[in-house]
Amino acid sequence: MTLADEIQKVAAQYPETRSAVLPALRMAQERHGWLSTEALREVADALDVTPAYCKSVASFYDMFHLQPIGRHVVEVCTNVSCALVGAQQVLEAFEEELDTRAGENSPDGTATLKTIECLGGCGWATIVAVDGHYRRYVKPEDVPGIVEELRNG
Amino acid sequence: MAEAREIVLGGAADHDLTKLAEYEAVGGYTQLARARAMEPAAVIDAVLASNLRGRGGAFFQTGRKWSFIPKPDQNPNPHYLVVNADESEPGSFKDNEILQRVPHRFIEGCLITAHAVESQHVFIYVRGEYLEAYEIVVAALEELRERPELRGDVTIVVHRGAGAYICGEETALIESLEGKRGQPRSKPPFPAISGLYASPTVVNNVETMATIPPIFQLGPEEYAKLGVENSAGTRVVSLSGHVERGGNYEIEQGVTIRELIYDLAGGVPGGRKLKAVIPGGSSTVVLTGDEIDVSYDFDSLLQLKTAMGSAGVIVMDERVCMVQLGIRVSEFYEHESCGKCTPCREGTRWMTQILRKLEAGEASARELDLLLSVCDRINGKCLCPLGETAATAVASYVAKFRDEYVAHLDGGCPFGDDSPLDHVMAPVAQHHHSPAAVEVPVG
Repeated sequence: MTLADEIQKVAAQYPETRSAVLPALRMAQERHGWLSTEALREVADALDVTPAYCKSVASFYDMFHLQPIGRHVVEVCTNVSCALVGAQQVLEAFEEELDTRAGENSPDGTATLKTIECLGGCGWATIVAVDGHYRRYVKPEDVPGIVEELRNG
Repeated sequence: MAEAREIVLGGAADHDLTKLAEYEAVGGYTQLARARAMEPAAVIDAVLASNLRGRGGAFFQTGRKWSFIPKPDQNPNPHYLVVNADESEPGSFKDNEILQRVPHRFIEGCLITAHAVESQHVFIYVRGEYLEAYEIVVAALEELRERPELRGDVTIVVHRGAGAYICGEETALIESLEGKRGQPRSKPPFPAISGLYASPTVVNNVETMATIPPIFQLGPEEYAKLGVENSAGTRVVSLSGHVERGGNYEIEQGVTIRELIYDLAGGVPGGRKLKAVIPGGSSTVVLTGDEIDVSYDFDSLLQLKTAMGSAGVIVMDERVCMVQLGIRVSEFYEHESCGKCTPCREGTRWMTQILRKLEAGEASARELDLLLSVCDRINGKCLCPLGETAATAVASYVAKFRDEYVAHLDGGCPFGDDSPLDHVMAPVAQHHHSPAAVEVPVG
């Protein structure tokens, strides 16, 4: 199925087509990795809105990537509950292992490393989302193993 | 010794209630049949009699909210039930667990509510990051596909958010569901009159929905006897931070915060002294370690000028610097401000900057006053509570730990890196990743 077909199928669930902008952006991102100008145009054409409108919506939400990303995305929650039990040390371990800084891609393209606001797993801190899947109780000593996994995956 | 009282999460410890068959084996979906046999108005009356108040944070009477929805002959537009599963309040993770462990009880509550407000269209707005919860709810709905008698004439669409705290505010959520940037609307009109697609809309929280079937199972009057006056029933409370056993604990309202921390969550690790507790998610006014004998209910917390909010209890031990806490909380709201109202958009940034100067020992006494002045200039001057809660929370850290703030004026932070919140990288402060770093094929 083409992306446009998939988008229109999802749009049919809603009384108004525009409601499908968020799911459509997600589908485009899943297909292309990030939302390039071309990807935004594909979404716009499928939903009969402008590419600029799609970009204005995409830029509002943290989960849309408007720039190229690594093969994996690692998001470390550094909100209060995670920070209280050592999220910053977990983040620094990822920075060292991936040879990058929070907010950037690793030079080898393995992963994009980000901090993220409260992931809603505060009692199981530190929470790290790896490609969207939560890892609970992550400690700095777990980080080399996770990065190894990502390099091989 | 306070104990858990599981109603919303009831049975989930012994059964896999994500499976339709197991949920039905413990009496699941029988309350739906019972409610559907009643007139919608009678369902609303029953929920009014239970004294259930919304579990999202505003604590509004659920039955009353439903009663505001016009009858179909008063407003011919379709009626919508929108479920707010956009849980993003720092410290709260109860809805996450409810969706993952009792998805069918949650869906049964949605279907009963849809009957009460005469809606055939349910939208569940799930926080984008809650991938596991989303997949479990979708799988549960898939099981219902084979059971038209349970689904009735109701369609349920699960809509995923994409990372924006503000979408937990009901009008921002509706904007987002309409495919827009999630910026709050001015009220009135309230969603009950003009909500999704300008039609009558009820917006309810996940836990509220999952509480509806047990209310019918116990009987509304019996449910109303649980808890304390004005705060009937149970709450699923999220405990995190410096406790031995972080997690969600469902309790009858009226247990004290001390009991929550020491009886249920095992106390503060390492024999350290308790310093402060955020009682209802980072939007709420902080309590000192001396104020925790308060009963965990609406009225008792209101007397201390704070709130249960979304029941996220964050516990902090003696090592934590309250200026660093202010920075991290302020940074969160700065990042999440939608930008629509100037006092919130600019004010949260100012707050962060002043707090950073304080932490570095570069602020004067005048700037500490300026911080409180900025907080005051945000309060009550915006469309939604986001900026206001940031301002109220940070001002409460200054009010209750004033000596500590004043100590920072003279030479900076007395805690430094002994405090676990020292130099924590927040999303608002992180670098933007460089597009040149990796090549990804375009198009």
